[in-house]
Amino acid sequence: MSTDNTAHGAHTAHVAHHFKTAEQQYSSGKEGIWLFMLTEILMFGAIFVGYALYHNEYPAMFAEGAKSLDWKMGFVNTLVLIFSSFTMAISISFIQKNQQKKAVLALATTVLCGAIFMVIKYFEYQHKFHLGLFPGKFLDVAKVGAEHANLGLYFGFYYVMTGLHGIHVLLGMGLITWCLIRTIRGDFHSQYWIVVEGVGLFWHIVDLIWIFLFPLLYLVG
Amino acid sequence: MAKTTAHGDNYINFEKGIWSWLTTVDHKRIGLMYFITVMFFFLVGGIMALLLRLELFAPNAAPNVGQILANGDVYNQVMTYHGAIMVFMVIVPGIPAILGNFFLPLQIGAKDVAFPRINLLSWYCFMAGAALAIATFFTTKIDTGWTFYTPYSIRTGTATAMMVLAAFIMGMSSILTGLNFIVTVHKLRAPGMTMHRMPLFIWSLYATAILQMLATPVLGITLLLLAVERFLGIGIFDPKLGGDPVLFQHFFWFYSHPAVYIMVIPAMGIISELITTFSKKVIFGYTAIAYSSLGIAAVSFFVWGHHMFVSGQSETTGIIFSFLTMLVGVPTAIKMFNWVATFYKGSVSFQSPMLYALGFMFLFAIGGVTGIMLATLPIDVHFHDTYFVVAHFHYVMVGGTLMALMGGYFYWFPKMFGKMYNETTARISFVFIFIGFNVTFFPQFVLGAMGMPRRYFDYIPAYENLNKISTVGSWLILIGFLFGLYTIVQGLLKGEKAPMNPWGSKTLEWQTASPPPHDNFSVEPVVTAGPYEYR
Ligand code: HEM
Ligand SMILES: [Cu+2]
Repeated sequence: MSTDNTAHGAHTAHVAHHFKTAEQQYSSGKEGIWLFMLTEILMFGAIFVGYALYHNEYPAMFAEGAKSLDWKMGFVNTLVLIFSSFTMAISISFIQKNQQKKAVLALATTVLCGAIFMVIKYFEYQHKFHLGLFPGKFLDVAKVGAEHANLGLYFGFYYVMTGLHGIHVLLGMGLITWCLIRTIRGDFHSQYWIVVEGVGLFWHIVDLIWIFLFPLLYLVG
Repeated sequence: MAKTTAHGDNYINFEKGIWSWLTTVDHKRIGLMYFITVMFFFLVGGIMALLLRLELFAPNAAPNVGQILANGDVYNQVMTYHGAIMVFMVIVPGIPAILGNFFLPLQIGAKDVAFPRINLLSWYCFMAGAALAIATFFTTKIDTGWTFYTPYSIRTGTATAMMVLAAFIMGMSSILTGLNFIVTVHKLRAPGMTMHRMPLFIWSLYATAILQMLATPVLGITLLLLAVERFLGIGIFDPKLGGDPVLFQHFFWFYSHPAVYIMVIPAMGIISELITTFSKKVIFGYTAIAYSSLGIAAVSFFVWGHHMFVSGQSETTGIIFSFLTMLVGVPTAIKMFNWVATFYKGSVSFQSPMLYALGFMFLFAIGGVTGIMLATLPIDVHFHDTYFVVAHFHYVMVGGTLMALMGGYFYWFPKMFGKMYNETTARISFVFIFIGFNVTFFPQFVLGAMGMPRRYFDYIPAYENLNKISTVGSWLILIGFLFGLYTIVQGLLKGEKAPMNPWGSKTLEWQTASPPPHDNFSVEPVVTAGPYEYR
């Protein structure tokens, strides 16, 4: 029927039919991902605002809460994530150079780092539960021996912020695994890598949020 | 993509079977799917509105219809569902998701939106959220009002968390739609379609999309915190644990005030299209109208405090917010004046879409002026949470958005379905809705000024007459919508075949077949002039 439809065959396989060129598709995809990341940042931004407000209101209570966090574990996790950001980034450059094997290795390392992060997180949570450091109304101030009656508020923030971040780490791991499988299948190559780049960007943002969370929760106080 | 079925000559018969609709990535089909679902929710919300008005027909002391809803609890529930459904499931997605999805690519000469699959995903998000919201109806119904104010929403033993999660998921849908629109506008315009040649409806969708992207995430986290608060008692909004319930209001209105512009800016876009088309004249002040949409979007982020004049925020804060709120009036007035100026020396024809446009201008003017009244700090202290507010926001949301939506439906009906509707019944529908609307809501300004509080299921006899008038008005609106429904169904079944461009419009969507082919245009359009080159 339409002239454009007959031109369908002229399209390369990975360019969707409503785009004219691969460049147009690439730049659209890229803008879409950045916009989505903006919403993630705004979402976390609001909870950071809440944190800042209450930190301001109850500095002593927040200090007491921060004391019970193990900054060493947090620090190790920070390193793990920074390294994983690096492996994620090189995986894309491998794909761009058509070195799929190396890319797969890099992606697998990234997922592994995510897993290490979550395991460490698990031990941290486990330890806190053990001590009875629960969020909000579940924190028994008398039993824990807390000085501040509303210490639960601090742990409310702690669990919500790290929990939400943790969910993002899990999501990211899933997405990277998906990229990994598709890389093995040969979907990505020097002509087409926007999907990996997008997932990579997501992963960097997740790291970045942690880099703000770590000092706020573990060090400031 | 390999298709097995025979391809028809337009998007409706392009593929057959319900499955081809549920898996479609065609923006036009997705627009129609939104159309059907949103209209269904509108029906549900509408029935609840009628019930509310029926309950308020007489004071409960009177031994009659005044006791439709068994007691105050049921009234609160029905009111909450009415409000939540109308806001989250009708008015917010309404114009962008239905008419925006359908016409944004057509008006800029694109084949589709930038991310067709995400477009479909956002419909599924919307449906999942809506299903969850409706499901709460079968558990412990919620009774907080659509604003979910803490601390009541934390303490009430109802399904708040579930409803709030539903709203969160629908928020995702809204974000995805906005994101899709922004990228589409940036990247997929046809050759020659510069930003300043875009139809004003596109400008309004663009401004709305920015709002959707910037405001909704904040609502998302707020609602998430509320849900967590319910489950874990984290204390952020709970004064018992050192939290602050008013913080919830700040967060909530930081989204929800801009959200009222998510509801109304696209409506203004439609009105611009209608007015220039039916005046047969290039719109007056194109750039001013285009940028005033962005202006409204920008200002709307700094006015949320006007919902909290009586919440205990400081007087200075109140005064600042009062002033900032009035600033929104400026870009709004710019639009109004430009529309009126467009009529000057135009050959105005009063087809039903134009009637809706005029209805919009009239009702929105009243809604806007009363909004300025409410923005005035000392007046609001008096009117806060009275029926004055109820009347105001219905004038804005129903008189504004819904009028534009109806006008838009009739305007684009021939393009969407390739059929003409019956002009007479469309006009009758308008007349009933317009008169019924004023009969319903104008008395409520008076009731509010007399001191009748909102969200009450009963009242003193002094308010009885005005409430009776108001309830009768709601029946007139019902009749109007039934006429509207009849017009649509009759047009679909028996309408004459529509020509390509029945109104003589100049924008791109009219330069393709009615209904449009699967790929929108048989030849890629090349744009050489602005959108409204009438004379
Ligand atoms: C068309 C006829 C309608 C009638 C007769 C009607 C009637 C009512 C009534 C009686 C209330 C309760 C007011 C109170 O006590 O505070 C109410 C609340 C509300 N209505 Fe409507 N309504 C109609 C349409 C709509 C539409 C189309 C919307 C869409 C935006 C809408 C949005 C709301 C909202 C947001 C509330 C507040 C609910 C709350 O406080 O949680 N209404 N309406
Ligand atoms: Cu507001």
